[in-house]
Amino acid sequence: MMSSTSSLIDLETASAPRRPLSRPRGRIIRQVLAYATLVVASLAILVPFVWMIVSSLKQTSDVFTVPIEWIPDPVKWNNYVEIFAKADMLTWIRNTLVLSVTVTFLQVLTGSLAAYGFSKGRFPGRDPLFLAYIATIAVPWPAYMIPQFILFSKLHLSNTLWSIIALQAFGAFGVFLMKQFFDTVPDALVEAARIDGLSEFGIYRRVMLPLSIPAIASLSLLSFVTTWNDYLGPLLYLRDPGLWTIQIGLQSFVGQYNTEFALMMTGAVLSILPVAIIFSFGQRFFVEGIATTGIKG
Amino acid sequence: MSVGEAPIETRRSGKARSKAVGWLFILPNFIGFAILTLVPILVLFYMAFTDWNIFGGSEWVGLDNFRRLFGDKSFYKALTNTLYYAGAHVPLTLVVSLGLAMLLNSKLRGLAFFRTAAFFPYITSIVAVALVWNMLFSPDSGAINQGLSALGIDNPPGWTTSKDWAMPAVIIVGTWREAGYYMLLFLAGLQTVPRELYEAAFSDGANAWQRFIHVTLPCLRPTTYFITILLTIQSLKVFDLVLVMTNGGPGQATLVLAQFTYQKGFIENQFGYGSSAAVILFLISLAVTIFQYFYNKRREA
Repeated sequence: MMSSTSSLIDLETASAPRRPLSRPRGRIIRQVLAYATLVVASLAILVPFVWMIVSSLKQTSDVFTVPIEWIPDPVKWNNYVEIFAKADMLTWIRNTLVLSVTVTFLQVLTGSLAAYGFSKGRFPGRDPLFLAYIATIAVPWPAYMIPQFILFSKLHLSNTLWSIIALQAFGAFGVFLMKQFFDTVPDALVEAARIDGLSEFGIYRRVMLPLSIPAIASLSLLSFVTTWNDYLGPLLYLRDPGLWTIQIGLQSFVGQYNTEFALMMTGAVLSILPVAIIFSFGQRFFVEGIATTGIKG
Repeated sequence: MSVGEAPIETRRSGKARSKAVGWLFILPNFIGFAILTLVPILVLFYMAFTDWNIFGGSEWVGLDNFRRLFGDKSFYKALTNTLYYAGAHVPLTLVVSLGLAMLLNSKLRGLAFFRTAAFFPYITSIVAVALVWNMLFSPDSGAINQGLSALGIDNPPGWTTSKDWAMPAVIIVGTWREAGYYMLLFLAGLQTVPRELYEAAFSDGANAWQRFIHVTLPCLRPTTYFITILLTIQSLKVFDLVLVMTNGGPGQATLVLAQFTYQKGFIENQFGYGSSAAVILFLISLAVTIFQYFYNKRREA
């Protein structure tokens, strides 16, 4: 990785072997204990997902058996076809995808621009303004959802996909994450670029952004997943079924087919699948993004 | 945050330029942020003192909404339930996430896999998570009660169908979902503990527990402080998890403040009254944050 990313916590070295601190026998016992704890914790964390996937391939009558069947018999792959017939999955997925991509693009764009202003610009009121951003992160969203809803209604945003874009795209979190990263880029580098005659936008575009690929990746993944998973925003704002996202759709499906346990799990698996795929490719960026915003806050 | 580190002898033209341009960079985000977040927060404090409803009529009613709140049994239930959730969820998640982080900070194989696994619940959707946990918690044939029966517990709890056990069920799922996130923050904090301190403590004959108490915990204080504040605010505003798991029930056993606000505002269209409950939620979050700030300061001194 580039030197400028050294501020990101390098978690890989965390697990690298180190000089042993204790005597061999105690160490072995402790290692066995640690592994046992790890195995138990892994099971506790992963079993719900395993159960979800297994149940999504069962007949509904096989979901709640005593004792639990961990291997579906017969395997009902057809659930993954049936759900598209019974539920408007394609519309929900399309809406959610459109929202997640748009929000991510806007959040990264406006967040990184603002972060550049806060990190490298110098103007009166900069620090109080940044403090206002930080402070709103600490204000619980449910506390201002009512006035926000009335405002959105007045702006004719409610019951349109724009409402969710407006809700998510200008969050303080993106500004915060990008600023934390930009702060690690030496001011001298920016000064040098200014002396070389680069415009401020040129510095942002050609110096800061290329240096910040890891931070941009982190922010992109986090905001994509946040928008994908958002339940409350769509619940308040998207009344028209044609606008529903996967979360709202899934919840309504559960209400409608409340005894189709296997199909519910099929829907749950499908709603998680895109996030799981993204996570498996980019988990390093999730971890680093969280470590960056966390440790320096 | 670093303030005023600017080199004093910046060239004048550059300085003037960055002054104006600095604002330009912030503007696109700030317009959205100001209109969509700041304004609603300010309006909240006005609305809470009015009888604003679906028809828009907004008469100033002074403290009436708050007087009504303090006589409202549902509000008390929501308030105590919220404090119950936070009071159990915050310490539980702190202990679990720190424990996981300590495990991951050791020299074992296979940790990368575990870190990935532990974090995964945090990025899965609440709807899917609630759905599967509700089935696992199913009183008669759910996996959890089957497990408890196998362990010899004759009368396993009714979980989400029981007034006494619905909240513990929500707390368990909340901790399961979030512990991996705070674990990552603790893990980042653990990297900053100087290695030499452990070695010094070790050569002084301190055992593992003593090293944890006297080296790890004091060094982690800034991280713990930050995590506690985050976690407390997250817990006080708990909403979507409750909404999809129990919808506040059975009865009002899991009704929380955010949901009370939602019911008053969006179901009953009493925007003013709902806002007054939101103000209480805001004030509690603020009070807790301020308390923790000064507590931390005093401990540091």
